[in-house]
Amino acid sequence: MNDSTPLFTGADWDFDKVARVYDAVEAIAKGEMGLVTYPNQIEVITAEQMLDAYSSIGMPLMYKHWSFGKHFAQDETLYRKGMRGLAYEIVINSSPCISYIMEENSMAMQTLVIAHAAFGHNHFFKNNGLFRQWTDAKGILDYMEFAKGYVAQCEERHGHQAVERVLDAAHALMSHGVHKYPRKRTPDLADEERRAAERNAYQEKMFNDLWRTVPKPAATRQGSQELAERKRRLGLPEENLLYFLEKMAPKLAPWQRELIRIVRKISQYFYPQKQTKMMNEGCATFTHYTIVNRMHELGLLSDGAMLEILHSHTSVVFQPDFDDRRYSGINPYALGFNMMSDIRRICEAPTQEDREWFPDFAGNGDPYGTLRQAWADYRDESFVLQYLSPALIRKMRLFKIHDVAENSEMEVTAIHNERGYREVRRSLARSYDIAHLETDIQIVDVDLAGDRRLIVHHLVDNGMLLAEAEAIRVLRHIANLWGYEVRLIEIESGTDAVLKTYEDVAPTTVM
Amino acid sequence: MNIIDRRLNPQGKSLANRQRFLRRARAQIVKAVREASGSRSIQDIGNGEKISIPMDGLRESSFHRAAKGGIRDHVVPGNKDFIEGDHIKKPEDGDGQGGGNQGSADGEGQDDFAFVLSKEEFLDIFLDDLELPDLVKKKMKQAESTTPMRAGYSSTGSPANLNVVRTMRNSLSRRIALRRPKPAELEELEAEIRALEESGLDPERLSVLRLEFDRLSAKSKRVPYIDPLDVRYSRFEHIPKPITQAVMFCLMDVSGSMTEHMKDLAKRFFMLLYLFLSRRYRHVDVVFIRHTHEAKEVDEDTFFYSTETGGTVVSTALIEMKKVIDDRYPIGDWNIYCAQVSDGDNTSSDNAKTAGLLEDVILPACQYFAYIEVGAEYKDWLGRDSDLWRTYKPVVRPGGHLAMRRVRVRSQIFPVFRDLFSKERHDSTTWAAGGEGP
Repeated sequence: MNDSTPLFTGADWDFDKVARVYDAVEAIAKGEMGLVTYPNQIEVITAEQMLDAYSSIGMPLMYKHWSFGKHFAQDETLYRKGMRGLAYEIVINSSPCISYIMEENSMAMQTLVIAHAAFGHNHFFKNNGLFRQWTDAKGILDYMEFAKGYVAQCEERHGHQAVERVLDAAHALMSHGVHKYPRKRTPDLADEERRAAERNAYQEKMFNDLWRTVPKPAATRQGSQELAERKRRLGLPEENLLYFLEKMAPKLAPWQRELIRIVRKISQYFYPQKQTKMMNEGCATFTHYTIVNRMHELGLLSDGAMLEILHSHTSVVFQPDFDDRRYSGINPYALGFNMMSDIRRICEAPTQEDREWFPDFAGNGDPYGTLRQAWADYRDESFVLQYLSPALIRKMRLFKIHDVAENSEMEVTAIHNERGYREVRRSLARSYDIAHLETDIQIVDVDLAGDRRLIVHHLVDNGMLLAEAEAIRVLRHIANLWGYEVRLIEIESGTDAVLKTYEDVAPTTVM
Repeated sequence: MNIIDRRLNPQGKSLANRQRFLRRARAQIVKAVREASGSRSIQDIGNGEKISIPMDGLRESSFHRAAKGGIRDHVVPGNKDFIEGDHIKKPEDGDGQGGGNQGSADGEGQDDFAFVLSKEEFLDIFLDDLELPDLVKKKMKQAESTTPMRAGYSSTGSPANLNVVRTMRNSLSRRIALRRPKPAELEELEAEIRALEESGLDPERLSVLRLEFDRLSAKSKRVPYIDPLDVRYSRFEHIPKPITQAVMFCLMDVSGSMTEHMKDLAKRFFMLLYLFLSRRYRHVDVVFIRHTHEAKEVDEDTFFYSTETGGTVVSTALIEMKKVIDDRYPIGDWNIYCAQVSDGDNTSSDNAKTAGLLEDVILPACQYFAYIEVGAEYKDWLGRDSDLWRTYKPVVRPGGHLAMRRVRVRSQIFPVFRDLFSKERHDSTTWAAGGEGP
């Protein structure tokens, strides 16, 4: 151990100590690990403020809505009863990157939190491809400020109830308010004209009178062509339900469209977080673990502080077995941290097996560089698919269960052996695939000139239907926004067989 | 890196959300509070309350897959002894690992949502739409005690009330409007003149500057720094002060015929009344008077728990109450409420005297007088009104402030209480004697 004195002793923290620790953490994060972050802003808050940030989906500036009050009441009840501790920190993907730390934390915890949030999460936000593509870290706080003001203004002008109705409906569709792919640019007028001229020229060039004598297609084809044209014009099928309703719903007032847009923007902002939860937490956990260990080695952390940090760390990355009462799915912190520690091991001390599985980086001696690349270019699904090693599958004793609803027994189809590694890895990766996790709901047709009924399809994956009562409630929200009837049909993806047709749901209130 | 201390930021940011939530769930919460108040002990009725309400209208729905059906693959950790091809019996129904309130298969189960209401919120809802009759004391309309309230500004007043900020604001705007030269400008000019005088150069400019200086200093004398026109005084108006104190008389018959059950009912009613009054008045005194054939003012414990034997003469209690009022609670300064609880017995010879006292002495002094007749839990009324009931009944008249009700079981207490104080009833001004509680 080095003989330099620890940066702090005792549990109490003050701003001086936080600043000193921050500098030490920064030196290791930037100097040794090569992390690149947004500028940091650390804000100290009370437990109540933490609860508050909790309840409004982690955003410090949020518009007012009853559901946040409900979550607050829920969280508060649990917290007061001692049934749930509070998170030690919340971090916002913004530039500067804001980390909230609680005043109740001890100094050792503040050290952990700074390493975890201000460097781990921050690096991930800044470098991961999904965040770079989908979120605007500089603009988000301003946008939330605007949203909050706008909602308040609408409440004043149109009444609480009217605003609440729109927001309720929009919230119900929040997870279906995301553009999953960059949209194609709609051609402007000049573009359109140029293309029309090109098309004409082409047709003239290819003109052959003989085609006239060929029998006309049947009348049904004519109909389907109309349908295709109609769909094209409305941009159907559309899986971003909020976007479609915002742009196309015939009866909404401009302010109502703006409210929907706000919810949609927020949903879009959180879309990368959903897809990278495991990696993001893994990155932060790996970072804080590496940094505090280095600090301890350098003598900057006392043994007592280190023990406290390790205690907290182990409870965060604890993974109960499937037959444990505490089991509630795979802990993203545990899997992320284990995988990243495993990558480091493969880089530094690979076995023959690792060399076969990961020829690209096994034994390259640059764990941080390898990890930085993984953090930048992957999301949960592809990360597992690429980096989950047989060693870790054995260590966590992962196995795959195949469950068919009709059978009375489930089958174990792969375990941690030579035959099973790839299968386990593929299945685990798939369980992190957002396209597989979330229901595939699309608006497929609406006849604006006719009865204006909206047809919504659910493309059923592996026979997993929607929860009916909930679906009907959401349909009512859609109907209210749309202003006319809505019909939901569940269709088996692949075969296009209709599995279930819901009754038409009519709007219940005028928005 | 910045460290910002946000702990001093305004607290209760979530309050607006909470209000929206309470408003949204109002109907369910009111129902839950009413039910809770029936079952909980009276001592802690004023504390916050944990209530649970049905989820109707509070659901945040979304499209998600049903908990069952279809083909599902799971990868789980911690394999002990499974090998490929093993079959595992499915867990029994309801052992969903999803847990929580999302778990119920179709989301239709009656998941209750439990949370804690603060004391204020609980009482607000608990006592909602109840109103005190005659909140303003009739005799006190020409109240003599007043309190000064701010009422804008005036151009006259005593020097002690001079409002410096207003005065200086007026002065400043007048000085700007009349272009009073600033002292700094004058000094600058003076310095320049002095410099020119010393150097002796440019006599022409010197004379121009001197003229300018004379003009400006004359102007600054003409336009004073503070003009009597600018002066403003804070104005106060004297607003009659409402009487913010009340005294509540609890009268109870403690003769042998009053059982523990009846006393319990009485206590509940008194507690409710106390809570209600203390919401409306800043200061509430409580006087306990118990009586058998003689009446005594006692403390709370004695009032509810000590036993006494003797006959029943109600008028003694009224006389005692009158005495206390005369001694300690001048009618002019106190709002006086009275609640009497009895099983209805009275010595027959005393009835006339009691009625007379009530009508001539007690009722004129009181804001409100409630008579609650308690009965045994399992005994039906014999169809015959009790002595006291018959005595009081003729005194009840529309628009008066005497009310009487009967209560037999605990659950009736709150409905009867609401019935007595609900706004609608108060508005309709019919204070007729009711029958049994609803």
